[in-house]
Amino acid sequence: MLTAFAIATDGLVYAAYLFLVAVGLSLIFGVMKILNVTHGSFYAFGAYGAAVAVGMYFDRGLPAAGGFLLMVLVAAAVGLVLGLILERGLLRLFYGKDEIIVVLVTYAAFLILEDVIRLVFGATSYTLYQPLGAAGTLDVGTFVLSGYDILLVALATLVALGASIALKYTRWGHLLTVVIFDRELAAAVGINVSAVYTITFIAGAMLGALGGAAMAPKIAVTLGIGVEVIVLAFAVVAIGGMGSIGGAFVSALIVGECRAAAVHLAPQVELFVVYAVMALVLIFRPQGLFTRAQPRKI
Amino acid sequence: MIVARALIPGTLAFIAAAALAPALPAWLISLATVAFSNALVVLGLIILWRAGLVPFGQALFYAVGAYAVALIGRYTPVRDAFALIAAGALLACLVAFLVGFLLARYREIFFSMLSLAMSMILYGALVKTETLGSTDGFGVEPPTYLGYAPEGAMQHLVLFWVVLAFGAAAALLVFFYFRSIAGALAVPVRDSEIRLEFLGVSVNRLVHLNLMIAGTLAGIGGALAALAIEHVDPNMAYWTTSGGFVFVTILAGAGTIAGSFIGSFVFELLKSVAYDLLPGTWQIFLGAALLVTILFLPEGLGSLFVRLRRASPQSKGAAP
Amino acid sequence: MSAILAVHDLQKSFGSVIAAHDINVAVPALQTVGIIGANGAGKTTFVNMVTGHLRPSAGTIAFDGRDITGLPSRAISRLGIARSFQMPQIFSSLTVQENMCAATAIAHAGDGLLQQVVTPLYARRTLAESEAALELFRIAGYCRNTAATLPQGVRKLLDIAMAVAGAPRVLLLDEPTSGISIEEKFSLMDVVMAALKDRCITVLFVEHDMDIVERYADRVLAFYDGAVIADGPPRETLENTRIQELISGPKLKATTAGAGHA
Repeated sequence: MLTAFAIATDGLVYAAYLFLVAVGLSLIFGVMKILNVTHGSFYAFGAYGAAVAVGMYFDRGLPAAGGFLLMVLVAAAVGLVLGLILERGLLRLFYGKDEIIVVLVTYAAFLILEDVIRLVFGATSYTLYQPLGAAGTLDVGTFVLSGYDILLVALATLVALGASIALKYTRWGHLLTVVIFDRELAAAVGINVSAVYTITFIAGAMLGALGGAAMAPKIAVTLGIGVEVIVLAFAVVAIGGMGSIGGAFVSALIVGECRAAAVHLAPQVELFVVYAVMALVLIFRPQGLFTRAQPRKI
Repeated sequence: MIVARALIPGTLAFIAAAALAPALPAWLISLATVAFSNALVVLGLIILWRAGLVPFGQALFYAVGAYAVALIGRYTPVRDAFALIAAGALLACLVAFLVGFLLARYREIFFSMLSLAMSMILYGALVKTETLGSTDGFGVEPPTYLGYAPEGAMQHLVLFWVVLAFGAAAALLVFFYFRSIAGALAVPVRDSEIRLEFLGVSVNRLVHLNLMIAGTLAGIGGALAALAIEHVDPNMAYWTTSGGFVFVTILAGAGTIAGSFIGSFVFELLKSVAYDLLPGTWQIFLGAALLVTILFLPEGLGSLFVRLRRASPQSKGAAP
Repeated sequence: MSAILAVHDLQKSFGSVIAAHDINVAVPALQTVGIIGANGAGKTTFVNMVTGHLRPSAGTIAFDGRDITGLPSRAISRLGIARSFQMPQIFSSLTVQENMCAATAIAHAGDGLLQQVVTPLYARRTLAESEAALELFRIAGYCRNTAATLPQGVRKLLDIAMAVAGAPRVLLLDEPTSGISIEEKFSLMDVVMAALKDRCITVLFVEHDMDIVERYADRVLAFYDGAVIADGPPRETLENTRIQELISGPKLKATTAGAGHA
């Protein structure tokens, strides 16, 4: 019973992490059909940015609420700058080329950015511990839940809701949906696909950076954190369906709970549970759980 | 024979490399050994790439080959290089055969993702296995060669010659494979599977076959790499390793057999030079090199997707 | 005379949608059949069932006396029924000659994967046969051109030439002249039909252009709403007022070719 509760809560927290990490990737793939390997860099920069800026903030003894707000702001700033530079400066040159080529371009950009991080932040590990303390704890029966974890889950839910609402009810959301559905058609009816791409990429970058910033207090922010996140995000997006926010949410929940179960019950498979679920889903539904299979266009 | 003429440059290159080896510095030999081991993986990659399939998880077979060598060396008294490599090849082939039943049904990005997933499953399993040393991996002893146990500097030299031999053999076999019906149909698979099916060809079976060939080559590459590096670790199955192979395929620029070897060598050289000269920024260098290649060798990259390296009927003498 | 292709009580439904029903046709060898009907009438469903792309919900298909109902398209191709496509299914990256050689080599090599691995693609015999086939279809002049750069008419001819590389007995042509300019339609069909006659192939072709149908078909099958509503010689069938009402439109006293349909 207690284990079940532990699995449920751990799973929820891990799911929040997965969702935050994957949603930006899903958005970018859905709209631009690009498997963006640089997503790992957004995450890393977000984490480093938060570790440095928010760390300094808390060191001054300023109120905690502002600290949390700062995390979001830092993520937004990082995402804006990186996203803009990458999309306008680099990706633009490769639109229209084969999808695989674009993936490789993002891979090259990722490699470059990995070293940029090293140059800017050095090789030492950063820790951002203050938010954890500031969030406190919550006692549930015999369990002590970390306040920060609860905040994470809340953040993930907020982002999911926000993104879904934005897509469904705002003008930009509608434009995005049309472009996701059929890029050519969108251009043919006069939608400025180029602007949509830029905005989407920046939004995706911000979300990626948010994932990193939010996770910064829970991990050791050091070189290489982007590497693992990329393939994890890919897995979540592949399971949920490329381009589906709801899909990423459900997928994150499924994978999160599976992993929590593995950690508690069968630790040997913990690492590969994610990819096993991915393989399993792809076997039965190669397009992911929530995307409609694309009919072949002749 | 006209075909023989096409093989001359390659044959000469291999012979020259073998002959020059004793005169070359040890570090270059070691580098070349690893490079040509990896070239085999790239060779397998281009077989699939021609059919429009880009596996993001060739590291799966690479690691299988490498760990086969390492495990046999650790738990049995077998030390013979050829036996070890054969074991690696066979195991990789078996894995490719099994995985192929699944993978051959997919195309495009789903193929790539599923391939990635498979390799990450192996990675996860390897990392979690304490007996295999977890993330540290474990060492591989120097092998013997049909009873001969070289000493000192000869160890590296002999391994280099063995790698060259395997490389040459693989190059030759792939050369003839590309001229065969099964091999030449890779481009048609990319262009119109419908037409192939209606001509009576089972495209899935063809893809399965290509997967097995690519997997076996990657397994041999991994086995050779394990002997060359004298160490195996789970990183050999990690996605960045797969990414490296794809990287080289692009660098090779032409999707040709020769390109696989040249590209692998250049890549290892670049990596080594970058690491020595720019220890903090070698990845920037590599990333930039990749971007430059993509930008300025569009024909080269186009060739990956378009040209059937042939033996077009009129120019049968064209080198692959 | 036994039919080379015999379809009996054929039916195909997708859930509650009945795409084709009660199809009974027997085609004698070397007869040329024109299949007409509005879009969605069941023509393509029929073609797909005969070529194995779709499995019939009910009924049987017999090829030269042998039951081929439900066999996969690969098997049916090997048995001797081929088809061409409305959008020519050719290998765009290869030259015309390479395309033809590929088709010819596959026809010779048969099914065995092992055989396919050890047989070279450009064997002398393959080259010779390919050249002959390209000559027959009058596109040998394009042999060095990459398929992607070909004009539509040549693409269609290549598609058909490849389809018959395996010496099939029956060929189904899916709208062979669609996308071809009016001036070229007849010359295209002349080449095609002459080539197919030379190879002794029984032809069934789906067409919207009634002039083509009238000129080249020995017999017309008219589809409407999933069923065959007329089956007879072209002139009679096309002059039938019901057919004109439902499918072809009134026959104008046309002075130019190709203007005789709505």
